[in-house]
Amino acid sequence: MPRSYVVDDREKGIFLLDREVHVSEDVLREEMRKIFAKCWIYVGHGSELKKPGDFLTRRVAGRPVIFVRDQKGEVQCHFNTCRHRGALVCADRSGNARRFFCVYHGWIYGNDGALQRVPGDEAYTSAFDKTTLALKKPAKFENYRDFWFMSLDPDIVPLSEYLGRTTEYIDLVIDQSPSGKMEILPGTQEYDVGANWKLMVENSVDDYHLPSTHSTWLNFMANSGVKVEPPKEKGLVLPTKGYAVDLGNGHFTTDNVNFRGRPVAAWISLYGEPAKQEIADIKAELVGRLGEERANRVAHTNRNLVIFPNLVINDGSSVTVRTFYPEGVGKMHVTAWALGPVEESESARARRLDAFLTFYGPGGFATPDDVEALELVQQGLANWSDDRWSEMSRGMGREGEQLNSDEHHLRIFWRHWNGMMGAEA
Amino acid sequence: MTLHTTQAVTRSEVEDFLFHEAALLDEWKLDEWQALLTDDATYMIPPNDDLEGDHRKSLFIIADDRERIRQRIIRVLDPNCHAEHPKSRTQRLIGNVRLLSQDDDVITVAANFICYRYRRYERVGEYVGNYRYLLKRHDASFRIREKRVFIQAHELGQLGSVSIIL
Repeated sequence: MPRSYVVDDREKGIFLLDREVHVSEDVLREEMRKIFAKCWIYVGHGSELKKPGDFLTRRVAGRPVIFVRDQKGEVQCHFNTCRHRGALVCADRSGNARRFFCVYHGWIYGNDGALQRVPGDEAYTSAFDKTTLALKKPAKFENYRDFWFMSLDPDIVPLSEYLGRTTEYIDLVIDQSPSGKMEILPGTQEYDVGANWKLMVENSVDDYHLPSTHSTWLNFMANSGVKVEPPKEKGLVLPTKGYAVDLGNGHFTTDNVNFRGRPVAAWISLYGEPAKQEIADIKAELVGRLGEERANRVAHTNRNLVIFPNLVINDGSSVTVRTFYPEGVGKMHVTAWALGPVEESESARARRLDAFLTFYGPGGFATPDDVEALELVQQGLANWSDDRWSEMSRGMGREGEQLNSDEHHLRIFWRHWNGMMGAEA
Repeated sequence: MTLHTTQAVTRSEVEDFLFHEAALLDEWKLDEWQALLTDDATYMIPPNDDLEGDHRKSLFIIADDRERIRQRIIRVLDPNCHAEHPKSRTQRLIGNVRLLSQDDDVITVAANFICYRYRRYERVGEYVGNYRYLLKRHDASFRIREKRVFIQAHELGQLGSVSIIL
């Protein structure tokens, strides 16, 4: 029987997590094979590549790739590795190029990946076949509504099947746009966190921590005239009721009634009086297009969505797309972008970006304290071998709907992760 | 350049002012630091992949107006600002100060900086970049109307949170 990293006693209502998962080099090596090589991993958004030839180089789960729109307009993903001796063929972070030129020996690839030119190719035998030497690609590369994912596993299920019910929540985010088109806005936030990558999964959806970790953000809201009322219902931690929803395949989301203002479309005093009318207009457009009920879903509910294993879409104070991957067992690299409707007015766009910074990012009023909390965890875990288990049973006894301030959704992650780690790679 | 109302500013005057500002920030005297700002001051850190970007169109690291600066300071001085509790120790070096332009009202200044940041259990953080200030004459000294911080690192990631005032 494969070893288990969790104690999952549903009868007693106790769930424990073996802290070795956050500190072991062996676990990290295994994760690379059993998780990152076996899942769909987010690469980028099609809106980041506006014209043919536009490219971005990224490390996706540690793999250097070129995310590029080729001359035919197709979005592609190549390994950024020369077929000759293995050098990166593109060192630029972004740009526009018809060709990628390996500086080592001058092999040249088209932006579709085809090997176009090899200097001195008369030195090869007839067995040397350039058509077999295009830049390699991940085994699979597919998109859902312009969110592009790659997989290293040729046998993985199609992306649409993998995403399952998460598309309902992605659609709710995209419904902010009258044309159904969202774009990644210019400007990338990057921050390393001295903590295991899985702690960011937990943190991204953990609404239990808000009052203790983010009291200074709550003060800021109050100082800005936004009274965040204490919960009225017994057992709640947050001002409004919210749920943790299991979306299958290790994916999950929080789903709660907004209490903090939304650029689309819930005005708060922080936005200023002049914004009131425009936000009412945005809301009216939603109602006209989607009907009252769905418009209210889009405008007045928040969601923090985790697509297993490492993509988070937070639709709250603003919309952020956030991904992260391990750089060693006690360190992760986080990249975050803002997402907005393509047709947004200048003033609404500015409000979206400003609202983003009130909460998210390395200079935000909340994220730095999340980073600190995760680093404190990683530091505390140095005692793991003598203090082995994290207690994650909150809400275990609850029947039916699960609260976002419980740990139901965190357990969904850990059960799925544990299952994948137990499987043969 | 018109000089009929005020005397031309000298670099050493500006340097004195910037060194004083750096000392206040290193000593966490943030209320005194705030007193150096104009009522319409802004504090900006653009992302390093869009250094010349506009904060109304691009996602910045920090894009504070005067009120947001006030709130930022309330926040970082609060013991519940976990990212700055206990407080980082910082040491700033300011150099290569240049007066880019000056007219009656506004002096544009460029300077390079290194800010070392020390926290418990962490390796030293090095923030390296340059400043662009818009300064206004104020009595015998200056007030800051804008402080724009260009972080030059290719990878911002290594800097982690920017919970100190750069």
